Amino acid sequence: MISFSPTEEQQMIVSMAKQFANDEMRKIYRQCDENSAIPESVIDTAWRMGFTSSIIPEDCGGPGGERSAITGSLIAEELAWGDLSMAIHVLCPALFAYPILEMGTETQRMKYLPLFCGEKYKAATAALTEPRFGFDPCSLSTVARLDGNEYVLNGQKCYVPLAAEADSLLVYAAENGASQAFIVEKRTKGLEVGQREKNMGIRALATYEISLKDCRIPKENRLGGQKGHDFNRIINCSRVALSAMAVGVAKAAMEYSRDYAKERLAFGEPIASRQAIAFMLAEMAIEIDAARLMTWEAAWKLDRKEDATKEASLVKAYADDMVLMVTDRGVQILGGHGYVREHPVELWLRNGRGFATFDGMAIV
Amino acid sequence: MIDFELTPEQKEAVEITHEFARDLFRPISRYYDEHEHESPHELIDRAWGERNKGTLALGLDVTASLRIEELCWGDAGLFLCVPGPGLGGAAIFASGTKDQLSRFLGHFNEGDPKWGAMAMTEPGCGSDTSAITATATRDGAQWVLNGEKIFVTWGKRAAENPNSLVVVWATVDKSAGRAGMKSFVVPAGTPGMRVEKLEKKLGIRASDTATIIFDNCRIPFENILGSPEVKKVDKGKGETKGFKGAMATFDATRPVVAAMAIGVGRAALDFVTETLQKEGIKIRYGLPRHKLTALERDVMEMEANYKAARLLTLRALWMMSQFQPNNLEASMAKAKAGLAVTKITQKAVEIMGPLGYSRKYLLEKWMRDAKINDIFEGTGQINMLIVARRVLDYSRDQLR
Repeated sequence: MISFSPTEEQQMIVSMAKQFANDEMRKIYRQCDENSAIPESVIDTAWRMGFTSSIIPEDCGGPGGERSAITGSLIAEELAWGDLSMAIHVLCPALFAYPILEMGTETQRMKYLPLFCGEKYKAATAALTEPRFGFDPCSLSTVARLDGNEYVLNGQKCYVPLAAEADSLLVYAAENGASQAFIVEKRTKGLEVGQREKNMGIRALATYEISLKDCRIPKENRLGGQKGHDFNRIINCSRVALSAMAVGVAKAAMEYSRDYAKERLAFGEPIASRQAIAFMLAEMAIEIDAARLMTWEAAWKLDRKEDATKEASLVKAYADDMVLMVTDRGVQILGGHGYVREHPVELWLRNGRGFATFDGMAIV
Repeated sequence: MIDFELTPEQKEAVEITHEFARDLFRPISRYYDEHEHESPHELIDRAWGERNKGTLALGLDVTASLRIEELCWGDAGLFLCVPGPGLGGAAIFASGTKDQLSRFLGHFNEGDPKWGAMAMTEPGCGSDTSAITATATRDGAQWVLNGEKIFVTWGKRAAENPNSLVVVWATVDKSAGRAGMKSFVVPAGTPGMRVEKLEKKLGIRASDTATIIFDNCRIPFENILGSPEVKKVDKGKGETKGFKGAMATFDATRPVVAAMAIGVGRAALDFVTETLQKEGIKIRYGLPRHKLTALERDVMEMEANYKAARLLTLRALWMMSQFQPNNLEASMAKAKAGLAVTKITQKAVEIMGPLGYSRKYLLEKWMRDAKINDIFEGTGQINMLIVARRVLDYSRDQLR
């Protein structure tokens, strides 16, 4: 039956995430952006809340919570509202853990999932995007070739979050043309983590280029082993997660510029009392809600184990446009003040612009 | 729990209504578009029968709105001929007493087809409903109504078919502003109420849009909806009950109008996707943008906007069914849906080229039909204004 009400449990998790975002992330996001660094303590605090680890099954040492893309989307929105860089950093281990949890072989599950059940944050990541024009997750340049009992990986990746810290990565590569994920341990020969990238936005998040040169891994390290896995589902999870985070970033920009517009006086009255400003805010609010509902619908399809390609790709494109429109207007409403780094809206515009580029963020 | 699954009953309702729209609306769609002001009697009788059997029950709930989407997928103009208490009924539901509910609507479903219209707009005022000049003057046990109402949807049917009714908005005290605004139920055939003319329109031509004149039209005192008292309030201290009643009606009816809109939008979308399918053109979901054709991008944008409008509408309806205040969400849905389907249908005409512009197909008609959704029951701009006020927590004096 149609309902737009999260469960009580979801409401609890959301309010916890919201509180963390407000009390912790919002206090330091600017400093993190300027310094290109996030304090470890904040990440550990977030980790202990179990956003990622709570769904690790009991037989792997976890609490065995139920995995839901809807719950994941709700969390991702709140954390991204706090700060996108920190949100991705906090949720980054899921890029590695969730595909293994859902699609890994028994051996893969038992080997890797217990690593994420500790008290301390455990970095792990995934590498999908490639540094070239025309990137398409379903048509990768990085290739995996089977050679006896080993896969040989060759190619370049970029925007790999926390690649330097992570002990294990999921590397996406084309095997006979089809995208598949491969587990690559940090010290594997042929895997090279490059310099930290300098991006327009998400500056607090450490992302890296990596290169794979005749990087050999055991045959068993293909995600799902011999039978492989449903790559399409992973990419749809990513689309949903990114849409949820876009909603969070947009909401932050809308709220800030709304409050500013009510305070800022021009011609003797708040600029918000002019329709030119008020209608911008109204449209921002409508489009944020629309994108959120579309995100939920796509997440709902994922939770039902149905093919969500249509819903997920439609909402991703919609949310990409929405978040750019909203964050741009956030800057516009503040005018000159929006352009200076004393206010957060310029940061949200830089982060918002990234969504059209971001891919492979399957953290729901 | 967040859920988008229709109940089995809702699925069945959608299926039955869809067949109804396909088999009974679509075949006569063009005829009544080209024969404006002719009445589709057979359809009306059939729809009235189905309605009273329950198969076509229309009201202000989620299931009814799903039906409405289907019927408007068939033909929005013909949908506006389907008899029922309509907006007049909605006003009575929103602010009528128990006695009024049973008196005006208790036997509504019996006998011959009936309509309930709402007469609000006047030649001198549209969106600014507080500027209404029609008057209601107390004369003993009666109210005497005077004034001119325009753009009354299905006004002719409501004013002239026995036991139908028109809810008319008039002021009992011009000096009181909004506080003096009240609504009155005028039974069809009441002397002094007459239909002056029918509009010739861009679209939804099967729907009659009437000008109704009230010339010393006398109705019983008990036909006033809400309290007859005029409570003057200080400026800035919020609205009065009577006016609030009118606006509360809109919270209920706007999502329903949004449901109409998305029905028309989907008709156009279906036409586009079916035509492309016949031509062997596949819309490839999941490709990065730079690999999509311009056509694919257009179609995806139309689909996404349709989805956005539909989900906002469902949310507003769902909130209403949960008895949650939905003023903001209703206006969001209406603003988005009206604009989205206007753009979707216009884009569809463009994409389909000669097929889109030709009257041989219904697409051009849907584009004309769609536009009304951006206008009636509050224009897109008025709904944006309401959304903006709610988002900013501003009164009408703070954001004009």
